[in-house]
Amino acid sequence: MATPTLDSPVKQIQIEGLVVLKMIKHYQEEGQGSEVVQGVLLGLVVEDRLEITNCFPFPQHTEDDADFDEVQYQMEMMRSLRHVNIDHLHVGWYQSTYYGSFVSRALLDSQFSYQHAIEESVVLIYDPIKTAQGSLSLKAYRLTPKLMEICKEKDFSAEGLKKAMIGFEHMFEEVPIVIKNSHLINVLMWELEEKCTVADKHELLNLSSSNHLEKSLQLLMDRVDDMSQDIVKYNTYSRNLSKQQQQKHQYIQRRQQENAQRQTRGETPLPEEDVSKMFKPPQPPPRMDTLLIAGQINNYCQNVKEFTSQNLGKLFMAEALQGHNS
Amino acid sequence: CLYLSHADKMSVYGPVVKIHPVVLASIGDSYERRNEGASRVIGTLLGTIDKHSVEVTNCFSVPHNESEDEVAVDMEFAKNMYDLHKRVSPSEVIVGWYATGFEITEHSVLIHEYYSREATNPIHLTMDTALQSGKMNIRAYVSAQMGVPGKTVGVMFTPLSVKYKYYDTERIGVDLLQRTRDAPNTTNGLTSDLCQVGGAAGRVQDMLATVLTYIEDVLSGKQMADNSVGRYLMDLVNKVPKITAEDFETMLNSNINDLLMVTYLSNLTQAQIALNEKIVVL
Repeated sequence: MATPTLDSPVKQIQIEGLVVLKMIKHYQEEGQGSEVVQGVLLGLVVEDRLEITNCFPFPQHTEDDADFDEVQYQMEMMRSLRHVNIDHLHVGWYQSTYYGSFVSRALLDSQFSYQHAIEESVVLIYDPIKTAQGSLSLKAYRLTPKLMEICKEKDFSAEGLKKAMIGFEHMFEEVPIVIKNSHLINVLMWELEEKCTVADKHELLNLSSSNHLEKSLQLLMDRVDDMSQDIVKYNTYSRNLSKQQQQKHQYIQRRQQENAQRQTRGETPLPEEDVSKMFKPPQPPPRMDTLLIAGQINNYCQNVKEFTSQNLGKLFMAEALQGHNS
Repeated sequence: CLYLSHADKMSVYGPVVKIHPVVLASIGDSYERRNEGASRVIGTLLGTIDKHSVEVTNCFSVPHNESEDEVAVDMEFAKNMYDLHKRVSPSEVIVGWYATGFEITEHSVLIHEYYSREATNPIHLTMDTALQSGKMNIRAYVSAQMGVPGKTVGVMFTPLSVKYKYYDTERIGVDLLQRTRDAPNTTNGLTSDLCQVGGAAGRVQDMLATVLTYIEDVLSGKQMADNSVGRYLMDLVNKVPKITAEDFETMLNSNINDLLMVTYLSNLTQAQIALNEKIVVL
């Protein structure tokens, strides 16, 4: 393993075509119904490149499989793969996503435990719906070192986040991907092209967009609702806090007044009570969820913008075609 | 035992074998990782069986040793792997086995017998990874009894027709992989939004250019006109919908407005959350 460096130790991901095909197949067969499918990536690290050479899927979590031991499944799989000379080094995991909604607590936790154990691990997000629209959508993400620090300390309060100056843009960093095929596989590709005719579906040039936009915007709206609820919570918290400060202030003043009065009357002053125990400060709301929601919203917006820019291009092409006709 | 060598287009009896590209890529990969001294690799094929076809969707390689007079297959391993795979996709069953190489050897018969115990009518798939005949020659066979009953009985491998089946997303994945063929160093990055549309448009343009050259050849008499091609061309030209200019203008504008509004809203949202963050952190 490469020794940890300040900058990300992984500058590029190199994936074999086989891994891509396996991920596509896994989602296609087992992932219908907006459930995420997950699996493990195997490969090795070469200088500053992470090479992913194979992968295997993880079975779904079902309720009637209560005694299913995930770790055991993984161990057995890796042991068997080692027998047939497949790289058995665990370098990350992959997950499918529904319209781009993958920024969640679960993903953060999983990726953190992976990156903690293995410095160079990545999570590959495969978007099957976008792929079905015409071009493979595969992205590789890692947690930024700053976020790693925070997760290690488990300090998710507002002060902790402010100290590290993390914005939602600095949570994940994307690593560029290249696809590599060995020469034998290239020969295979030539043969396949010969046997199969040209792809007769040009999904990429499809003009219909409203369905996809609707769903994306729906998800975006849900998230924005979550966000606004969060903001309301934060507002009530800060209002409570300031109200409490006021109350504390008043109490102390009253105390002092009373003490002054007692002194004039010659009685012993009342003892100074511990003010902080009387007025318990309200709990500050956790900031981590807000950060995640903000990151998710950002992701949705990016996706929507990409989609609209593509569609605008297509619309102008259609216009040119019509203009030519008339 | 005998085996039958044949031309590709022979009509065959038996189920049609539909293979997914992931299986072939897997076989190629296991061949590349074979142990030293092994001339071929074998493995199990998983898939689903239909009335008239067998669809092969997955596979895994099985370690085995082969020498002049005997062959040893790690059956324990095969069973184990099959169990593990079954956990993930419970609908896949063993449909046969594969071997790389050009010919069917005596050992193949033994291995085929073993697999007959696992599956009802196992398919044997061969893929010539060493390219002995200049091509990969992906073939499938079923075994059949032959010979004189009661006397010498043998096994014959009858060929089956092989088709390739793709899911839509697989097709798109394979298209991307095709592009790595031409790149030097066999690598290829993933392009981003507008470039993809540009690329697709470029491909359609190429196809149109091919069609145009054909038409010009026919017009100038260099080629014979083919009626079916002419009918396709008619369909092609008619596919561009005839809409009056005003209707098209309104449709185009309303669509463009929708898209622009959505872009504006998402930019707004992004600005909003960025602001929110700055305020909270104050």
